[in-house]
Amino acid sequence: MSVMVETALRFSGVDKRFPNGTLALTGVDLSVAAGEFVSVVGPSGCGKSTLLRLASGLDSPTAGTVHARGDSVGFVFQDATLLPWRSVLANVELPAELAGTPKPERRERAREVLELVGLDGFEKQLPGQLSGGMRMRVSLARALVTRPSLFLFDEPFGALDEITRLRMQEELQRILSEQGFSALFITHSVPEAVYLSNRVVVMSARPGRVTASFDVPFPHPRPADLRYEPAFAAIAGEVSAALRGGAR
Amino acid sequence: MSAQTVGPTVSAPEAHDPPAISTAPAADRARHGWVTSLAPLGSLLGALGIWYVVSYVVLRPERRFLVPPPHQVLSVSFLDWSHLEPMLSALALTARVSLIGLLLASTLGVLAAVLMSRARLLERALYPYAVILQTVPILAIVPLIGLWFGFGYTSRTVVCVIIALFPMIANTLFGLQSVDRAHHDLFTLQKASRWDRLRKLELPAALPAIFTGLRTSAGLSVIGAIVGDMFFKQGSPGIGTLLDVYRARLQSEDLFAAIILASGFGVAVFALFTFLNRLAVGSWHGSATDR
Repeated sequence: MSVMVETALRFSGVDKRFPNGTLALTGVDLSVAAGEFVSVVGPSGCGKSTLLRLASGLDSPTAGTVHARGDSVGFVFQDATLLPWRSVLANVELPAELAGTPKPERRERAREVLELVGLDGFEKQLPGQLSGGMRMRVSLARALVTRPSLFLFDEPFGALDEITRLRMQEELQRILSEQGFSALFITHSVPEAVYLSNRVVVMSARPGRVTASFDVPFPHPRPADLRYEPAFAAIAGEVSAALRGGAR
Repeated sequence: MSAQTVGPTVSAPEAHDPPAISTAPAADRARHGWVTSLAPLGSLLGALGIWYVVSYVVLRPERRFLVPPPHQVLSVSFLDWSHLEPMLSALALTARVSLIGLLLASTLGVLAAVLMSRARLLERALYPYAVILQTVPILAIVPLIGLWFGFGYTSRTVVCVIIALFPMIANTLFGLQSVDRAHHDLFTLQKASRWDRLRKLELPAALPAIFTGLRTSAGLSVIGAIVGDMFFKQGSPGIGTLLDVYRARLQSEDLFAAIILASGFGVAVFALFTFLNRLAVGSWHGSATDR
């Protein structure tokens, strides 16, 4: 570890106004250090998803600057967003394929990441044959395939049932510890944010602003029952209080 | 086609159940299964019955040629090779014209839709005229087609293309434009080229819609070919040509047989495209599966 902390992603004084006049974000300053996992929690409609679209370059800010290091980001969408006509393997290969990676190389890489998310043996299945949790694993594998240094997660586990959701958090936690990437993770769930992150950022309702930031000091990898430790509950309580304060 | 594939699930009445309560519904279900499976056959028999009644009861003998009874159509036309053979070769010709017409219409239609989906301006410029293509009465422009393309195969094919083109354009365009926004984002994030986006996202996503168009256009191109046969009679006769000849000569058995053959061909084409649709997108798209 070098002394100077590198920045993977930085928002400086970012405003975003939609063409219809709605001010979605205002004065957002936020940075994600290299290797840092940052979660963003906030009430519905606080511009969390807009934040990700700006970070990924899908959208550009009205004012301020967004700077992401590296040329490729791994984006994990709200839904698995798989192409239904492609097999699991072909879906995972897609980003590498579009980036022009030669077939043998991307195929091998796709098999590797499928193993990493626990889906070896499912290569030939179509997305329609999989459960919601498995589809999300495929989506995760697809984001991993180009080895990006920065990941953007847009409430990836929001549509899953509680048990699957907890398991997916643990899986992501394990992969994170193994691969060591930077991430900006959007979620509605405070425990999810605290469990996964080095830092949790709270946003206010529209127009979205960063109102509070909490460090989560537990070392990675984190055991599943960390969620029931008093220290964990204390941080979750503080974040929830900040969230309620922002919503008032 | 779909009526036969839905197999009835006949459950036998269970022997152990108390008879008073459960055999009645079970028997009902069994009877219902029978009725469902025999329904198409029943309606066919009913139709034949009505046909006979019209032939023998409604019509006086001297007017019976208007609706010859089914067995006469069978013996005079279908079972007599000298009558059936010209019909079959005419049908083969019509089939060839309609398939070539469909091939041209679908190629042109998909190309036009892709061009329109590339550029909004192009869509604005062309789509209204594609709609006109659909609304212009084909019979009104038949004389013009004859003048331009002669009174033979070319004109028959042109009629097919004109009549079958619009559903291909409209459905393909709809399919290309209804691609999921998140899927587009996925391709944008990877800086996909326009060509990759078209080839790997838009066209596959539009495939179910393209097949809907193909099914409609296939039926229309059969109609187009038969209409073409009737008006452009140079060269070997198509089934449409024969229909007109049989009418003129009052060969009503042959007329009925030719109509049945032509309809059968239309049904076969529709079934073929339903089957191809299932083959192409059945594994992943709801339009072609029960799931």
